[in-house]
Amino acid sequence: MLINRYLLIISLLFYTVLYSAASTTEVCESCDYNSIQDAVDNAISGDTIIIKAGVYKEFAIRIEKEIHLIGEENSIIDGENNGTIINVSAENFSIKGLTIKNVGISYTKDYAAILVSRSKYFTIENNILRNVFFGILIEKSKYGLIRNNDISSSATHEASSGNGVHLWHCSRMRIEQNKVSNLRDGIYLEFVENSSISNNESSDNIRYGLHFMFSNNDEYFKNEFRNNGAGVAVMFSKIIKMHHNTFHLNWGPASYGLLLKEITDADIENNLFEKNTIGINIDGCSRINYTNNHFVQNGWAIKFHGGCYENIFELNNFIHNSFDLSYSSRLNDNKFEGNYWSDYNGYDLDKDGIGDVPYRPVRLFSYVVNKTPETLVLLRSLFVDIINFSEKVSPVFTPENLIDNKPIMIRINDRN
Amino acid sequence: MFKIFKYSTYDLLRSRWSYVYFSFYLILGFVLLFLNSDVSKAVITIMNIIVILTPLIAIIFGVMYYYNTKEFTELLLAQPIKRSKILIGQYLGLSVSLSLSLIVGLGIPFAVYGLFMSMVIFDFFLLLVVGGFLNFIFVALAFIITLYNENRIKGFGYAILVWLLLAVVYDGVFMIILIIFKEYPLDTFSLVVTMLNPIDLSRILILLELDISVLLGYTGAVFKKFFGTGMGMLSSLTVMFVWLIIPILLMIRKFNKKDF
Repeated sequence: MLINRYLLIISLLFYTVLYSAASTTEVCESCDYNSIQDAVDNAISGDTIIIKAGVYKEFAIRIEKEIHLIGEENSIIDGENNGTIINVSAENFSIKGLTIKNVGISYTKDYAAILVSRSKYFTIENNILRNVFFGILIEKSKYGLIRNNDISSSATHEASSGNGVHLWHCSRMRIEQNKVSNLRDGIYLEFVENSSISNNESSDNIRYGLHFMFSNNDEYFKNEFRNNGAGVAVMFSKIIKMHHNTFHLNWGPASYGLLLKEITDADIENNLFEKNTIGINIDGCSRINYTNNHFVQNGWAIKFHGGCYENIFELNNFIHNSFDLSYSSRLNDNKFEGNYWSDYNGYDLDKDGIGDVPYRPVRLFSYVVNKTPETLVLLRSLFVDIINFSEKVSPVFTPENLIDNKPIMIRINDRN
Repeated sequence: MFKIFKYSTYDLLRSRWSYVYFSFYLILGFVLLFLNSDVSKAVITIMNIIVILTPLIAIIFGVMYYYNTKEFTELLLAQPIKRSKILIGQYLGLSVSLSLSLIVGLGIPFAVYGLFMSMVIFDFFLLLVVGGFLNFIFVALAFIITLYNENRIKGFGYAILVWLLLAVVYDGVFMIILIIFKEYPLDTFSLVVTMLNPIDLSRILILLELDISVLLGYTGAVFKKFFGTGMGMLSSLTVMFVWLIIPILLMIRKFNKKDF
């Protein structure tokens, strides 16, 4: 007991000493330092640098120490389009509350507002990034937190624009509550493992709201993807959990809510796909569970391309989509069961909530359109309704076993 | 001509069928908006109905009206009035009263549900214009059919046949051609084919106004480029006018030559 108490006192003393060793410096017009780079150069590991309100025209600020950069309100770093603004290669650092703008475009170098390489245990939060090329670019790092940043630019072409948050070879990262707009990809992940992306809002990006490449074991949830070229693209990745996201208004001649390419073993749950040209575009994906998703007023709710096996669709809502399902091959190894289809007009005599007649989600017109896209000009004509009806009565062209044997009569957990 | 137009309009406005037609649209509008109070979605649903049903009703009603008033027409012919004036008067009377039923019948429910405050007022207006055009075109077609056929059964048969051809069979043939010749560039072809059928033209015109048009993919883009411009709108309205004028001229020619 007594020993414990001594230990406590000693450790308290120890921490006090440690704490007092770290000092706080301020940067402003009339302070000791009026340039951020000077303050950083003269700081030691563990120091905090507070940046007062004002415009600092600096770029290529190198940080190689474990320091905390904290911006007060209206502290603006203007890079004047000269290139990367803050370049960090240290662990245990944080950058908070800064406004960083005008990074400048390069076709050969990845200029970023904040570039982090080979780091661990860091926090980048509450920053406002404007007119950037890349926003936050992180390479070969671990255990980072990127939270509540507001990143936007004015991207017009894919080639001359960068990504909002770009992670390369990272693991155990958390990207939360950021707002990303008008970039190429809102959030881009390449070789990123065991990371989570949540509560972000990604909109008006010219390519993807969120883009996974070769990234396994990740999770993204409660994000909103609005009006992007495509909401989310997940490519060549395994074991990704996608849940409680909203994909909407990804509307245009080649737009998707969610684009899946060569994905296996993923879980897609509780998402809302609303008013996208194509809700989910699936190409070469296997063993994916789609549960509890809502597809509302999309052009195509789901568009299958080749090589999709063992996908299971259960308890989803398909409400007022122009086409529920487009399927290109005649073979089917995917399972549809217990979904709600707003176009279902069967009956439920025994009142168990399950329709007594199976539902065929692929209509003949959707098959015809797949073969000859030009025929889409006949959309909503009486002839199309007639052939759809006759195909429904006796299926000839659509895959015979692509069928929902237990269509439910009322929609599941109505969000409205 | 105006007098005959006035009499036939009054006569029709008093007839039971006009009220049936009027209340059909009225009830339809209210039911649609009751089930789904979103005006913009109701416009889409109503498009399907206008494009398919308006021509059918116009052509059947036209045939029926002509056969019913045949004796009155013959009586008028005995008077010193120009033949074409009698015909145009009756034609306008019928078309105008049908269009009125459509416009008022759909207008009331949509106005009640706040059309004027919504963004779709232009779409709705276009819908009514298209509906009006279809009325005028198909009444003219109906008169042509009746002028060529004294036999009522035959007349009704041809009327239904013409509607079937334009509303269903045309699209079927169109689709088959598209499938067979899919290796070739078909944009101009589909543009022309669409223009040649008033029902298809109306459908595409309305579809392009709704944001559903991006579904149409590449061909849709070509269509949008064509119809979206003032030039395209103008040329499609011109085609509608041509569709209106040719049947009217045919109708007058036959009426002038006909031996009653």
